[in-house]
Amino acid sequence: MAKTIAEINEKIKEGKAVVFTAEEIIDVAREKGVKKAAQEVDVVTTGTFGIMCSSGAYFNIGHSTQRIKLGGGRAYLNDVPAYTGLAAVDLFLGANALPDDDPRNRIHPGEFIYGGGHVIEELVAGKDVRLAATAYGTDCYPRKRLETLINIKDINEAVLFNVRNAYQNYNVAVNLSNKTIYTYMGVLKPHLGNANYSSAGQLSPLFNDPYYRTIGIGTKIFLGGGIGFVAWQGTQHNPGVPRTEKGIPKEGAGTLAVIGDLKQMSPRWLVGSSVLGYGCSLTVGIGVPIPILDEEMLEYTAVTDADIYAPVIDYSDAFPNNKPGKLAEVTYAELKSGRIKVNGKAVPTASRSSYPRAVEIAAALKEWIQTSKFLLTESVQPLPGAESGVGVKPLNERPIEY
Amino acid sequence: MTVSKRIVLRFPRRLVERPIVYRLVKDYDLELNILKASITPEEEGLLVLELKGDQKEYDKGVDFLIKAGVKIQSLSQDVTRNEERCNHCGACITVCPTGAFRVDPKTREVLFDNEKCIACGLCIPACPPRAMEVHF
Repeated sequence: MAKTIAEINEKIKEGKAVVFTAEEIIDVAREKGVKKAAQEVDVVTTGTFGIMCSSGAYFNIGHSTQRIKLGGGRAYLNDVPAYTGLAAVDLFLGANALPDDDPRNRIHPGEFIYGGGHVIEELVAGKDVRLAATAYGTDCYPRKRLETLINIKDINEAVLFNVRNAYQNYNVAVNLSNKTIYTYMGVLKPHLGNANYSSAGQLSPLFNDPYYRTIGIGTKIFLGGGIGFVAWQGTQHNPGVPRTEKGIPKEGAGTLAVIGDLKQMSPRWLVGSSVLGYGCSLTVGIGVPIPILDEEMLEYTAVTDADIYAPVIDYSDAFPNNKPGKLAEVTYAELKSGRIKVNGKAVPTASRSSYPRAVEIAAALKEWIQTSKFLLTESVQPLPGAESGVGVKPLNERPIEY
Repeated sequence: MTVSKRIVLRFPRRLVERPIVYRLVKDYDLELNILKASITPEEEGLLVLELKGDQKEYDKGVDFLIKAGVKIQSLSQDVTRNEERCNHCGACITVCPTGAFRVDPKTREVLFDNEKCIACGLCIPACPPRAMEVHF
């Protein structure tokens, strides 16, 4: 018998909802069978905790006594440049932003010790952050310079707004060349010296609702330790990729754009990160509850690491030069065994995203739901699906004629 | 009884030009493997050694180093993991040349065995949240 989200919410309010994490549900489905489990279980919680570069936050810092218009000027938070293309005192800070004087990759590989992601972590931790800004001055906003400490608790708004998070599947990165390379997938040793992957696999949100039946615009989620929402499909949302019989995409597919009030989040779940030779970023914790509306949803959430395949891609040539071709296809179960086989060679594996923290997120969300602190939402509009025709196009470069 | 220990030696400026390590081999019959060596201009020398030999001779050798003015510290105290910062992703695992990191197959947490660590420092910049710290 099918359930509705409204019915599940009634059970959550009464403290009677039956909730499992996406890891626990695997055994539940095995023991009880899909039919019985679908009847008994109301919600399955997911989680992921990894470096998510397309993250950022916007702030409204409030108006100074003599007004300043930062829009069109320059602004820095702890020396990291913030975007000032908005109105007077709105700023956007991206996780990858770097101080002007950061040496970057001038001495390769650059260390990227401090950037936008770190500023976001410090703000969330309640630390004071230095704002330094210059403006051109107008009759209505005469001030030209501003230097002050700001604190998240004092400014008007601080909103995390990540345009692409929670990738549904991802590449496994290897290096076929004869020198060590430093990529966003980590340090890759020459001649297939190691293989790095980045997904929570069976716990990852979009693997548990592969066709986005319940996850859509407006879905309430765990974001950075607090509450957030799915704002839109993420950039590069690519639902039309090849899938397994069970509907699991075999390469990077769906993505989420997410939003939430930074003031109620926690530095444990938003961690400034440094990627050697690549740049600065933010490690983000996301968890999405999946309502078990029927047997189909239960089957989706019972997905295991052995059911999920990821493509192995060479990051010394195929990736940087945007060439097609995967070296192998491996399951997350194989990846988690510590070794995969590529071109006949046993290659040691390592994860870029934290599985223990993903477990913790799914468990926290489960606890919120069990104790009636978190109700599920109906999505306002579904994300573009596998048949939508929405996809990722390469850039078509065209010469500019003068 | 044979012992094998990894130690960090700090040579003050005045000792940098003396053949101290040679004496460990010649006088105390100790086997050594240099894991790391550096001399900071105008400051001090630093040597990370694996030292192996008879316990009595080892003690005498260490005694000699101390009397000569070399500061000695056990290596395992020098590379530490900030447990607050580590989020158990695993980025360090394949970077480490000695296999000092491994994943607990049950919890998927990353375990750090500092007995295997040779303080090469490769894990330090490779760790995204910068949880690994070296205290030389």
